[in-house]
Amino acid sequence: MERLIHQLPRFFSPGHLILLAEAMGTTLALTLIGCTTGFLLAFLLVFFRRTPGILGFPLRLIAIFYVEIFRRIPFLVVTYLVLFFIQAFVSDASLFTIAVVAICIYATAYTADIIRGGFDSVARQQIEAATAMNFSRWHTLTAVIIPQSWPVILPPAVAFAVSFIKDTALVSQVGVFELTFRGKELNNEGFSGILVFGTISLLYFAMSYPLSRWGRWLEKRLAPSRSQKSRQRLRHA
Amino acid sequence: MHHLEVRNLASAYGTLSVLKGVNLTLTKGEVVALIGPSGSGKSTILRVLMGLTHPTGGEVLIDGAPVDYTRAASVRAARDRMAIVFQQYNLFQNMDVLRNVTIAPVKIKKRRRAEVEAEAAKLLAKVGLAEKHHAFPDELSGGQQQRVAIARALALRPEILLLDEVTSALDPELVNEVLDTIRGLAADGMTMLIVSHEMAFVREVASKVVMMDKGVVVEEGPPKQIFDAPRTDRARDFVGKILRH
Repeated sequence: MERLIHQLPRFFSPGHLILLAEAMGTTLALTLIGCTTGFLLAFLLVFFRRTPGILGFPLRLIAIFYVEIFRRIPFLVVTYLVLFFIQAFVSDASLFTIAVVAICIYATAYTADIIRGGFDSVARQQIEAATAMNFSRWHTLTAVIIPQSWPVILPPAVAFAVSFIKDTALVSQVGVFELTFRGKELNNEGFSGILVFGTISLLYFAMSYPLSRWGRWLEKRLAPSRSQKSRQRLRHA
Repeated sequence: MHHLEVRNLASAYGTLSVLKGVNLTLTKGEVVALIGPSGSGKSTILRVLMGLTHPTGGEVLIDGAPVDYTRAASVRAARDRMAIVFQQYNLFQNMDVLRNVTIAPVKIKKRRRAEVEAEAAKLLAKVGLAEKHHAFPDELSGGQQQRVAIARALALRPEILLLDEVTSALDPELVNEVLDTIRGLAADGMTMLIVSHEMAFVREVASKVVMMDKGVVVEEGPPKQIFDAPRTDRARDFVGKILRH
């Protein structure tokens, strides 16, 4: 404990603070880019899954296998797979890119199920009305299904992204300079583990708590009604 | 030649036969009413016509040309000429009244927005909802929603309008406002195929009444015949039951 107190001034030096702030930025960027891209790709995957007919069969198969496989592989293993796969083809790929790709692959699989659940929550009659008016599948999706399932999709999708802030710690294993990696470095430099990882914990909390509050707020806003009105209230809020 | 002709139409869910060879004709400007007990297949006919339920046999002809329900292009062409109004209105919950009415003509039929909006305004005035352009469906009563649904169907400029029990989900005091709208359409010469339980209304607007039971047509003829002098026992039984109410 005495050692810890003794280390305090040196630990919170400007250089270290900048280092930690940068690492936080990396963690947030990994989460934001990976999860957002994954979320958008997940829409495509769900669109594949809902493609009818014989011609759509390979698309449906791709979508089902993708989700079933990647939801069953630990994220760390996905990260290693991506690392070795990309390095086999591109020798100078940055570790950050590799980590983003891994997060994106994983987020796609998880949010695809969230999106599918949202789409399934739209009343069949709404889709029939669109079909009877000759809406294409694309128009039905963009004009009717997505706007109506948004309130069902968004809260769990945000919750997923928020929880992923802490799961990005796993990419420190491949050497991305994010928060946990920097923590390990400082610890190796001789700083007390309690001090280092205590600080790191607080920083993770500081990043994810406001976001999860925002997610909760979003859920409350969207929950009472699936109509446009709730979205208007949201816009005006 | 008939405007719409249904020949020996059959439809089944798995082993359950819903339609077992139905024949039906409509000429231009005619209002035909489908009546009969629940589960007799009335609504299924409309769903099959719109390509929402697959036929398992028989033919549908529009102006003598058969519709091939296995071909998407053919189904789309048929939907271009008909419009349906549903029992539960099925207005798009995420769109206001005006957008509900204009979205298909603008996005699907690629007509000019200004022209479509002007027409939509006229249609909404016609169904008595000129003041509600920017209301959302869940802010309207059932009767108002159903009138928007009728305006939405008319905005598609259909040759044939299909009405599927459009007053069945409404509170009794809201039924008349919807029936008045349909009366107006009949007076304008709109070709309509109506599924209804409103017998007094059917008697008044229909030029022909088709009574169905268990997936087949039991009897058809002018309203006078069906309601006053039914020729089959089944029709007599059904008409007797509903008119006693």
